[in-house]
Amino acid sequence: MAENRQHDDSATGHRSTVRSLLRLWPYARGVRRKLAVSVTAAVLAMMSVLAVPIVLGRIVDGPLADHDLAGLWPLAGLLLLLGLIEAALFYTRRVVLARPLAGLETAMRSDLFAKLQRLPVSFHERWGSGQLLSRATADMYTMRLFLAFPLVFLIVNSVMFLAGTAVMFTQDWRLALIVVLPAAPLFVLTRRFESGYSGASRRAQDQNGDLATVVEESILGIRILKAFGRHRSMAERFTAQSHLLRRTELRKAGLLANLWAVIVGLPELALGCALAVGAYLVAHDELSAGTLVAFLSTALALRWPVESLGWLLAYANEAATATDRFFEVMDEPEPADPGTATDLGPTADGIRFTGVHFRYPDAPDGTPDLLRGIDLHIRSGETMALVGATGSGKTTLTALLPRLYEATAGTITLDGRDIRELPRERLRELVAVAFEEPTLFSATVRENVLMGAPGAGDDRLRAALATAQAGFVEKLPAGVDTEVGEQGLSLSGGQRQRLALARAVVGDPAFLVLDDPLSALDVHTEALVEAALREVLGSTTALVVAHRPSTVLLADRVAVLADGRIEAVGTHQELLRSSAHYRELMSGEAAFAPEAALISEGGTTR
Amino acid sequence: MTTTVEPAGRTGEQPVEEELPPPPADEEDIPVPPGAPRALLRSLLGPHRARIAVAMLVILVQQAALQSGPLLVAVAMDRGIPALREHDAGPLISVISAYLAFSLLSPVLQWAFIKISARVNQDILLELRGRIFRHAQRLSLDFHERYTSGRIISRATSDIDALRELLSEGLQELLTVFLSVCYISVLLLVLDWRLGLASLAALLPLALIAHSFRTRSRRVYRRSRTSAASMIVRFTETMNGIRPVQAFRRERANDAAFAVVNQQSATATADGFLELARYVGLSRTTANIWTTGVVLLGAYLVADGTAELGVLTAFVLYLRRLYDPIDQLAMFLNSYQSAAAALEKIAGLLAHEPTVAEPAEPAGLPEPAGKGREVRFERTRFAYRTGKEVLPPFDLLIPAGQTVAVVGATGAGKSTVAKLLARFYDPTDGRIRLDGVDLRDLATPELRRGVVMVTQESFLFSGTVAENIAIGRPGATREEVEQAARDIGAYEFIAALPDGFDTDVRKRGGRISAGQRQLVAFARALLADPAVLILDEATSSLDVPGEQAVQRAMRTVLAGRTAVIIAHRLSTVEIADRVLVMDQGRIVEDGTPQELIDGAGRFAELHKAWRDSLV
Repeated sequence: MAENRQHDDSATGHRSTVRSLLRLWPYARGVRRKLAVSVTAAVLAMMSVLAVPIVLGRIVDGPLADHDLAGLWPLAGLLLLLGLIEAALFYTRRVVLARPLAGLETAMRSDLFAKLQRLPVSFHERWGSGQLLSRATADMYTMRLFLAFPLVFLIVNSVMFLAGTAVMFTQDWRLALIVVLPAAPLFVLTRRFESGYSGASRRAQDQNGDLATVVEESILGIRILKAFGRHRSMAERFTAQSHLLRRTELRKAGLLANLWAVIVGLPELALGCALAVGAYLVAHDELSAGTLVAFLSTALALRWPVESLGWLLAYANEAATATDRFFEVMDEPEPADPGTATDLGPTADGIRFTGVHFRYPDAPDGTPDLLRGIDLHIRSGETMALVGATGSGKTTLTALLPRLYEATAGTITLDGRDIRELPRERLRELVAVAFEEPTLFSATVRENVLMGAPGAGDDRLRAALATAQAGFVEKLPAGVDTEVGEQGLSLSGGQRQRLALARAVVGDPAFLVLDDPLSALDVHTEALVEAALREVLGSTTALVVAHRPSTVLLADRVAVLADGRIEAVGTHQELLRSSAHYRELMSGEAAFAPEAALISEGGTTR
Repeated sequence: MTTTVEPAGRTGEQPVEEELPPPPADEEDIPVPPGAPRALLRSLLGPHRARIAVAMLVILVQQAALQSGPLLVAVAMDRGIPALREHDAGPLISVISAYLAFSLLSPVLQWAFIKISARVNQDILLELRGRIFRHAQRLSLDFHERYTSGRIISRATSDIDALRELLSEGLQELLTVFLSVCYISVLLLVLDWRLGLASLAALLPLALIAHSFRTRSRRVYRRSRTSAASMIVRFTETMNGIRPVQAFRRERANDAAFAVVNQQSATATADGFLELARYVGLSRTTANIWTTGVVLLGAYLVADGTAELGVLTAFVLYLRRLYDPIDQLAMFLNSYQSAAAALEKIAGLLAHEPTVAEPAEPAGLPEPAGKGREVRFERTRFAYRTGKEVLPPFDLLIPAGQTVAVVGATGAGKSTVAKLLARFYDPTDGRIRLDGVDLRDLATPELRRGVVMVTQESFLFSGTVAENIAIGRPGATREEVEQAARDIGAYEFIAALPDGFDTDVRKRGGRISAGQRQLVAFARALLADPAVLILDEATSSLDVPGEQAVQRAMRTVLAGRTAVIIAHRLSTVEIADRVLVMDQGRIVEDGTPQELIDGAGRFAELHKAWRDSLV
């Protein structure tokens, strides 16, 4: 899948687990004390676990050997004390981390969310939202879990291993040597395992994201799939994708199985040898039975730290991959926003495009710019219609104004002020947009509309709804307080378009951009909206993308976009006379004879 | 809690102004039939019975090998060493050989178990993912309109993740814990029944603690799933609507709103974690107190001479192993908890039957006489479950090959007619026949060969433009795909894309405007070559030349085909043989375009308004 290709380079590139994980530090910093407490508690708990065999050895060699039952009690008391301390430490280790780590996850996810919201539209066009979602959920979970257990245990188990080894050496150095010997091959093997596993793990995570994208598409495009009865081909794609994931997961399991076999097998073998030697030594009175018991229980207690190495490393790897994926997004540069101007220029100059070029940042080399020198002046208070063939770049041109995309060359000024001198936030406050595809958010109608004018009152809301002919709102279950969007009521395309229009006009913006704002309305409603819009447009400088004559008639003048340039500007009537291209765009006259007859019939009524 | 499903549209014409669909179902609103999760689990595990049995056997033997360690140590101490003192190395050698053999056997078995169980797990997940996917595809549109995409996506992703966790770590954990407890219990009883009983008595309080943990954390987990789902919805919505988010400076407000759901999710997570901490602390305390007790008892017994020192050694070694897995059990209960919640939700989704069902005994369509087929609505009525009537009973005959335009104001019920004909919904009463066959008796492939609908929504799937067009007819050749594009006037712009027809719509340079997407949607429909074509506002984003190119194409393409065209714009009417004017669910005018234009009815009025709106 497409997304896969995109990430493969980073997966195959050399990558250090530790270096990746260290990047978590800025977030982990806040919880470092708690982490330290947790690690300390865990280490102390392990110490008390290690102390238990020593006490047991004392019991065997002391009271039991001497049949001194009175001497048994203090040692048993010590045993109990160690046990209680251990339990308390276990509890502490988890309790201190619960809230801080959840907080850390929240902070990271909030940062990711905030970052994504501020990344340019072109970034979002590149990334499937499934990929973004899996970074915000599954990857976060992996990172939090890593900090909660594997990280703590990587430290604790190392300490325990060293401490246990020291204890064993004091008990009997010969036996200790036998048990410690397999550590060297284990270390080498786990290193090798790590590199294989991290590749597979990254692949699995990406494939998971791709699978999520397929699911998402199949749900978002459900009407098309149903209309054509194409569930099967989509299902085949899904199946292929999920089989890929399965294969990767099986490969991961295979690697893990190999590691486990070694990690379980080697220490066990060493322990067998130690038992043989130990038994021999005891039989020859070179070692006490108690020491052998203590030694063996110490060695057994150390088995877990060694065994756990496998999954701890696997976890560390997965967390490193998740971290990489997280920072892939976080490292994406946010567009610079150095503008400091707060106000427009002194002259009411309207909107002026001068030599504006634009090409998409990911456009292949060799293709011409989409916009190649736009010169256009929309006078203050004027409404300019923008017409052009499908795909000529009208929508792109309108997106330059609120800087959803950045012009690659040339300048755009609002009342003489270069839009790059304004902070984006301020610019977008001045320029309101209604998009061709109206998006509503999970919020009430009121909130959705008032997004265009935060803090505005009910009268403004009513006025905007009236302009957009959104009277249907009154009939919604809770009127303007009805929840709409993903988690609310589903509205029709026409209804959403009218709410989006209300959102654009509610703030009484100085500059208004409407991208084919009436496409989903029926003729009757369209006429009503036009009448109301005319009033709004009277008091603002507006750029309206138009596909139809009726929309064009809202404008004072019309600009024709062709071949990346403004081909002609004039009133509707002027252009009808002077521009063949315009005539074709408006009536299809040049192309379609039968309709032309019909048009000439009614064409002069306005 | 309601199971009724009201049809409601997200796109296209909806009679929302008359009747509003109920707010979408809450997460819990999809009722889970009792026993459904269990039945689902059974059906998933069923096919793998043999492999599961083998895996169990392997882990059984492996645990036996693993657990024999301390026992062999005890034998070495009690038999081997005394024998060696008598210069008889035989017993010790055999014990050590056994120990080494077991320590070789155990990893091999462990390896085999991981391989087998991974296979089973992955196959189960594959199957379950597939089932969710297929089922979501099978469910009717009314369901999709209520159950938001974010929720279905979280069924197929985060809920599956929860199950995966349980399967990949939890189950093995549980098996190991269970088996080691069994083995050790038996061993302890055999070694010394008094000490054994005393040790095992600890299992009772430990079980009680585990039980209370389970009950308490179940609530927490359900909450955490729900809050995770609403977090996902909010996230997806924001990312999919990034343009308006930025244009309306919603970033900060969204940050705040997201912080709320994010915080809820974090609180639930932390609560789960705290429950776990409490559990581990309690069970560990119990276990450790018990261990001390057993050691004391053992020491007395050894002192009595009724137990051997080696036996006590073995006990001490085993006790740790008996009580230690309790933490792991907690981990298991943890992942079990969330997996159970996930499974329940998945089962609920899977148990939800589509309202538009596949026929049990599909009928076939008769051989077509020409390109088109006859459509007949018979006393067709459509009403919401609430009883509100959208379409009162009506009869309508569309002869094969006729092109019918349906016009009317927003909310007149035009789209409902289209959706009934496309069988997106089923009529409440009456029926719709295609060449005499009830739509409900047609299997999906047969139905879609007969009837295809193009909506104003023009979603593109990831893949190339050619692939998107080929959705209309998967087997189509490249020439056919290009011809369809040419017919609809989409060839030029597609050819001008960086990679032409092979341009990936989600990749470099693959930006396609709304109008162009509609052309692609048309090309797709042309390629499908259906007997009945329904166009629901399919030209709303096209400009005039685009629309006219489409209409030009339609004149040739629709010749002989049956077509139902729903349009706001009357230009479409020009190519129709017949016009239906709808008002409040009724067909109020019916005639040829010319008849209606010449008349004094609603259509004549509409037509005049439209003509006025032209140049």
